[in-house]
Amino acid sequence: MTRIEFWQGNTACAEGALAAGCNFFGGYPITPSTEVAEHMAAKLPKKGGVFIQMEDEIASMASIIGAAWTGARSMTATSGPGFSLMMENIGFAVMTETPCVVVNVQRGGPSTGQPTMSAQGDMMQVRFGSHGDIAIIALCPATVQEMYELTAKAFNLADKYRVPVFLMADETVGHMREKIIIPDKVERVERKPLAAGALPFKADADLIPGFGQFGTGHHVHVTGLTHDERGYPAATNPKLHHALVKRLVDKIENARDEMADYDVINPDAEQVFVAYGGPVRTVQQVMHDKKDKNLGFLRIRTVWPFPEKALAAFRNARHFFVPEMNLGQIAREIERHVTVPVVSIPKLGGELHSPLDLSAALEAHR
Amino acid sequence: MSYEDWFRQDRLPHIYCAGCGNGTIINCTLAAIDQMGWKKEETVFVSGIGCSSRAPGYILTDSLHTTHGRALPFATGVKMANQALNVVVFTGDGDLAAIGGNHFIHACRRNINLTVVCMNNQIYGMTGGQGSPTTPVGCLSSTTPYGCAEIPFDLCDLAIAAGANYVSRWTSYHVKELEKAVKAGLETPGFSFIEALVQCPTAFGRRNKFRQVADHVEYLRAHSLLKAKYDRMIENGEHVPEDMFVVGELMRRNRPALGVKP
Repeated sequence: MTRIEFWQGNTACAEGALAAGCNFFGGYPITPSTEVAEHMAAKLPKKGGVFIQMEDEIASMASIIGAAWTGARSMTATSGPGFSLMMENIGFAVMTETPCVVVNVQRGGPSTGQPTMSAQGDMMQVRFGSHGDIAIIALCPATVQEMYELTAKAFNLADKYRVPVFLMADETVGHMREKIIIPDKVERVERKPLAAGALPFKADADLIPGFGQFGTGHHVHVTGLTHDERGYPAATNPKLHHALVKRLVDKIENARDEMADYDVINPDAEQVFVAYGGPVRTVQQVMHDKKDKNLGFLRIRTVWPFPEKALAAFRNARHFFVPEMNLGQIAREIERHVTVPVVSIPKLGGELHSPLDLSAALEAHR
Repeated sequence: MSYEDWFRQDRLPHIYCAGCGNGTIINCTLAAIDQMGWKKEETVFVSGIGCSSRAPGYILTDSLHTTHGRALPFATGVKMANQALNVVVFTGDGDLAAIGGNHFIHACRRNINLTVVCMNNQIYGMTGGQGSPTTPVGCLSSTTPYGCAEIPFDLCDLAIAAGANYVSRWTSYHVKELEKAVKAGLETPGFSFIEALVQCPTAFGRRNKFRQVADHVEYLRAHSLLKAKYDRMIENGEHVPEDMFVVGELMRRNRPALGVKP
């Protein structure tokens, strides 16, 4: 039975994870993500899952990777400072093709910054923060409903593509309370298992190898070193390293259209907003207030890999307006894909843009 | 079955230098595991980064060769998610006590049901011989060219103080004792810590007057003080020379443990 609740975003995130079958959570308290861990601590043991509070975020990330190799659907939640600490092990998860979900309820940085205030300052860190060339998947919820749905979806993407998937929320969406409709059940995509006798890191045509779950007799060696299809270290082989890193990136980048998730509103408009996460709500208010067919809106949920084709839907666009709670991180990505001016509308300080902030930008670029 | 059946024959030869003590420790560990009658598909080896951490790559089980210092939290994830798996961690002094020091004390505090075998060569071998948290005072390394001035960790004292259920120290000379100690560790629920002092001729020995591998092994033997003898000396008020270290079973207790299958 679907039911209606009035929930906080972080609660919806945890419940979305549980609905998706998450059975391992390793975490460390940090504002403004702590409620996710608290909810999992209360609920997971009753469902036969494991909650463990680790000694820091490095250990949290490590624990969910270890759990994932036993077949668990594993997850952690953090915010900026903890996210920075996770970077090395995030790269390990990419290199070892470990499915797992990392929630980042973003707060103001750099450093300790604004623990209780909202931001989107980690959008580039999630994409490029770990060393070496990597590709990951990042989803951005703008509502409590999406905190639930995108968290559940993150597990499916992680298992399908064997990559860490990030729910890049922000304090606004994480801490707001609003109506949410809980579905009967959520879709579940299973990991492709490793066939008996197959090499554990030999990819199929989709560039994804079968998963050799620990404890099932595959005798898989998992290493962060550059490895061959057997999983054995081959760290000084230039061609092999090139081929491995290229495959790890291509398996995500080549599937960008398949996992694109966005709404195109008023595709004939000349003035077009592009937003993800919290700022979506301010754009919606402006669209509602102005009721102007010449105002378009590209609302993005899958931010990485960036759905560049969506921009082409706005054939008449003269300007793209990009409100972000950072100094224009995704605006710069958009600039790479369009020929018309991209107007970044940055907002630092921890609060959402006001509708007036966006109207002023529109006025300035008539 | 013999311990040799546990090796991945297709990965040989290994990377260890001639005269390295790590192979001895790996053999002792596998011999102990073999005696336990564990199945390969129920056993997982986890390690971090360093010479000792390469060991899981040579063993024919599921294994996780992770990031520097982080073997214990990875192993914690494996064990907590599937308590039916036997999880053994190979680590070294730099991996465990420097970059991984915080994870070490918390794994002991949780008393999580893992067996940790630390190959302590008192140096960073893989990176070419830098001082580690267990490099003895006065010893030469590439980062202590005038002699190490810092006081080293006693890893076993650390494990005991932090709450581990089983703690032993032996050396690469004491193969039979080490094998028994690892077996006792495998049998003890909770966190089991076995420190094995090993020679590293390439990075430690050649800088510290051990021209022959056997000289270093002999040094380890001669400076080992059996726990019973050490206790007697303390009881009699005798002086314990500072360059001696205690070997034997240093702790066996039954604190409540995490990750023990009911």
